[in-house]
Amino acid sequence: MKLKKILALVLILAVVGALVVSLAACNDDEEFKVGFIFLHDENSTYDKNFIDAARAATEAMGLSESQVLFRTNVPETDACYNTARELVDAGCDVIFADSFGHEKFMLQAAREFPEVEFCHATGTQAHTAGVANFHNAFATIYEGRYLAGIAAGMKLKAMYGDATTGAVSDANAKIGYVGAYPYAEVKSGYTSFFLGVRSIVPNATMEVVYTNSWYSEAAEKEGANRLIANGAKLISQHADSMGAPSACEQARIPNVSYNGSTAADCPNTFIISSRIDWVPYFKYMIEQAKKGEAIVADWCGTIETGSVVLTELGAAAAPGTQEAIDAAKAQLAAGTLKVFDTSKFTVNGQTLTTYLADVDDAGDYVAETEAIHDGYFHESEYRSAPYFDILIDGITEGGNVTVQE
Amino acid sequence: MTVKNNAVAGAVKTSHKEPLFHLVKRTDIATWKKWLIRVVAVVIALLIAGIVCAALTGGKNFVKFYSELFSGSLGTVWRLQVMLQAWAILMCISLAVTPAFKMRFWNIGAEGQTLISALAAVVCIIYFGGKIPEPALIMTMLAFSVVAGAIWAVIPAIFKAFWGTNETLFTLMMNYVATQLVLYAVNIWAKDGSGTLGVLSHGSFDKLFGMEYIQNVVFVTLLTVIVFVYLKFFKHGYELEVVGESVNTAKYIGINVKKVIIRTMVFSGVMCGLAGFLLVGGSPSPTVNANLVGGRGFTAILVSWLSKFSPIAMIFVTLLVVFLERGATQAANTMRLGDSGAFVDIVVGLFFLLIIACEFFLNYKIKFRKKEGK
Repeated sequence: MKLKKILALVLILAVVGALVVSLAACNDDEEFKVGFIFLHDENSTYDKNFIDAARAATEAMGLSESQVLFRTNVPETDACYNTARELVDAGCDVIFADSFGHEKFMLQAAREFPEVEFCHATGTQAHTAGVANFHNAFATIYEGRYLAGIAAGMKLKAMYGDATTGAVSDANAKIGYVGAYPYAEVKSGYTSFFLGVRSIVPNATMEVVYTNSWYSEAAEKEGANRLIANGAKLISQHADSMGAPSACEQARIPNVSYNGSTAADCPNTFIISSRIDWVPYFKYMIEQAKKGEAIVADWCGTIETGSVVLTELGAAAAPGTQEAIDAAKAQLAAGTLKVFDTSKFTVNGQTLTTYLADVDDAGDYVAETEAIHDGYFHESEYRSAPYFDILIDGITEGGNVTVQE
Repeated sequence: MTVKNNAVAGAVKTSHKEPLFHLVKRTDIATWKKWLIRVVAVVIALLIAGIVCAALTGGKNFVKFYSELFSGSLGTVWRLQVMLQAWAILMCISLAVTPAFKMRFWNIGAEGQTLISALAAVVCIIYFGGKIPEPALIMTMLAFSVVAGAIWAVIPAIFKAFWGTNETLFTLMMNYVATQLVLYAVNIWAKDGSGTLGVLSHGSFDKLFGMEYIQNVVFVTLLTVIVFVYLKFFKHGYELEVVGESVNTAKYIGINVKKVIIRTMVFSGVMCGLAGFLLVGGSPSPTVNANLVGGRGFTAILVSWLSKFSPIAMIFVTLLVVFLERGATQAANTMRLGDSGAFVDIVVGLFFLLIIACEFFLNYKIKFRKKEGK
């Protein structure tokens, strides 16, 4: 028992000693620093997209490794607040977080540390929060999804009547979509994708399943397999693991990916992938913070800013796809084509003429902003994060996929 | 592992068939030697972790790993606070599982018991937050959490006591039920469909003593004393130990085994309830999601066993585990070890592996065969 006490004393002394040493070693210089908070790590296609962009942007701007602090696997709990505070402690001048659920924790930290800039991707509150050092950012990814949908439509069309790929016809031109959560970001994404498909195959229908998780390899795989069993001839997804693409590769079902190419793992089925390139925003954010100038409360990237990009076409893409995409892209840039053109879709058989969207997120879930005029739904105009959350005709929700891991 | 098995494993075909080595139970090892061996095991685990770190970063960073280990957990006052918070929660759950394990009741449901308690606290915040005074809300949260934890623990206990069901499977399945209930509740509350609640604006009693998370450390320290006294000086503590050693003995000396099982599990559940309550209310930013407990219900089992169910030893084992977790996270982030979650698991895993392996050598001695004809 005595020895135990001595040991305890030694341990305490060691801890205190280490504390003194590490405090003494801590040199808090005035170097410019930027911190990044990621929900998962590079295994998640979503986070990898951010991590790669953070590396590229900071390298291009000549920041050294000690000036760029990464924090991976930060959950959407007080761990996010703790991490943000820790990055403030470490001397960061600007801190970025990449997941929707991080927002309120970042906002809390922003209120407490007004001298540090806090930036958050996919969030909805900065434009109304009135916190000068808290900012949101997103991009018009619905345009990228639409273009990827064109590639999917071209593939579906090419599969018409081809017995080896399951003989697609007007009667069964069905595609599938594995979504994470049934909320606006996902719904806007799959609707724009679907409208892209329909611009090529007007008879196409789509079934959506939800995994209720941003990253669940097993659930995404299961979701894709369920869709395939239900007759989906092509699949796309908005969830962050390799679950759906690899299920498609196994079943030889063409796949439109998200957040980056999956061609290396799925050479036979990969068609194309759209993604947001965060480099332009990161450069802007760091430049402004470095100069000490204000970052806009709500930043929205576009195809023109280089924020919405498509990968190279995969081997599974149909001939003529690139031309079709280029043509649509030019029309989008010219403003002659609108993704959510209300003449291109119906809801319960009716053409929409009015729709109130929940743009100002006061936590009340009350829609207040008229989003339809001039014949189209104005997505990402009143706020960068998507707010199109309408279930249009042709799309059915096939329920939730739950897999216990 | 029996002597016989090892004799077979180590056997070499010789004429008199004496195995190459066999294991002998140790009874004579001095306490100071035991502790020396344990300390050496921890040091070796850290050495290997340093080598792994160096290997992953191309031969550099062997020394840096250790400075990051300390700086990540103790480098600033804030990091120390975060580590102490991690300690408080893991310690609370470790204390919670201890009475049941001492009774040889294999409760692996602390994860779910804690999670359901956190959910219960959030239920109070969602439905009463802003409608009743904050102190009343916090008291309600405490009551809800404790009751929820107790219910989640007592259901498998009742089934075990009356129908002899397998408590390992039962408590494990209760974890899954708790997870799904949290997902279900969050989906209802987050009406935008995003599946995230964010920071709730009521129900936090953080900074009770002027500093974030410190109140949790104070509460858990008090709880440690209570559990220590309960197990060591109360009749209850003795009874559950007897039930653990032999149910028949317990029956023979007139202990009501069913009552002891149920009572002990309620106690465990109440403590998990407290952990869930602290996870929500004892945070500057209360929330709940399916990963809120984050596997600590399982780590706590290892901690409890390694501490040989002693609350005092548990203080240090828990401290060591959270120190390694926090430090290794910092090391992985600073050195850009991509998947920092995996690196942390490696470091903590090495610690557990080495310390469990050394327990084996503390209990058994290897005796090699003497040379032929000697």
